[in-house]
Amino acid sequence: MEKVNNSDLEKHFEDRIAADIRIEPNDWMPEKYRKTLIRQISQHAHSEIVGQLPEANWVTRAPNLRRKAVLLAKIQDEAGHGLYLYSAVETLGADREDTIDDLHSGKAKYSSIFNYPTLTWADIGMVGWLVDGAAIMNQVPLCRTSYGPYARAMVRVCKEESFHQRQGFEIVTTLAQGTPEQKAMAQDAINRWWWPSLMMFGPSDEESKHTEQSMRWKIKRHTNDELRQMFVNATIPQADLIGLTIPDDKLKFNEEKGGYDFGDIDWDEFWQVVHGHGACNKERIEARTKAKEEGQWVREAALAYADKRAKRKQAS
Amino acid sequence: MSNKEWPLWEVFIRSKQGLSHKHAGSLRASDAEMAINNARDVYTRRSEGISIWVIESNKITASDPADADSLFDPSNTKVYRHPTFYDVPDGIEHM
Repeated sequence: MEKVNNSDLEKHFEDRIAADIRIEPNDWMPEKYRKTLIRQISQHAHSEIVGQLPEANWVTRAPNLRRKAVLLAKIQDEAGHGLYLYSAVETLGADREDTIDDLHSGKAKYSSIFNYPTLTWADIGMVGWLVDGAAIMNQVPLCRTSYGPYARAMVRVCKEESFHQRQGFEIVTTLAQGTPEQKAMAQDAINRWWWPSLMMFGPSDEESKHTEQSMRWKIKRHTNDELRQMFVNATIPQADLIGLTIPDDKLKFNEEKGGYDFGDIDWDEFWQVVHGHGACNKERIEARTKAKEEGQWVREAALAYADKRAKRKQAS
Repeated sequence: MSNKEWPLWEVFIRSKQGLSHKHAGSLRASDAEMAINNARDVYTRRSEGISIWVIESNKITASDPADADSLFDPSNTKVYRHPTFYDVPDGIEHM
């Protein structure tokens, strides 16, 4: 009996997905859909939060007050994006603190790009231009993802994210048009950030274990390789315009496909970093764990204060 | 150490004078005052609002999606509730 009911529910769910009707928190959904979303959205949230760390490195060393104000605003946005996404995870019945503990224990991942260090000011430009550029490429289609709260969070994120990419491109452009040393700094930064940015789209389609099911459920709207190609096509003309060289000697426009052919990605490096052996993995997780542990007494004090005030109000 | 979490709040924002408050999202805060302050930081960084309401999420009662048919279907058959159901004779301009 229960089985019949379940298949009815499943059919209703599949029909809604097919008709592009959003799934909302209280709607019935297959357990695997729920689990996939919890994994994807919480990892997305972790990426926003961990993504603040490489930028925080440069707040006190931004070259002038305008750059500093912009960088602070951007970092504050990343915190906001993390919060929108943690709220979306909670609508799926996941516990926010549990998902954060999963990050700290290493069970949950975050975008591996944030395990690369930001060595120079030009790196902050690259993070905005390339890393946020790649993130936007990924996030714009997610505004149409099948789960309502995730889609709505992504609409806000995308609206805010476009300034991030522009400010990064502005930093890089300024350096590229500056002294020979500044231009060299920009070139050095793109040499280090180009390939990791391409890796942000995840493993190639043949290797990606989640893509097929996620496409069927319309959680994802494009495959990793499609998004990567879109990013390459969009970014090459921007690099050309400011006179930076993409570190890929196989890069060539392919008339037939109307896009660029590009060289092979070093997937060994990708998996090394994903599995915790990047330059900054340890530092990032330590920073997050420390923030949670050292903030514990503040959270407790705030609750005790709220409790006391509520009791006083009751008594009067 | 207690692991009790701050309660969850739903945030409603009035974007400008004359419009009603609209659901913006949710957040965690220890009390209503902190919820307002956090909502200001999380949901109005770009002048999105002039007024904020917050309410603890567990105070909200929502309709059950399983009841959607019985709740909302009846109104589908009552097209006469819409002005477009009626023919207005030619020559009458404003009605």
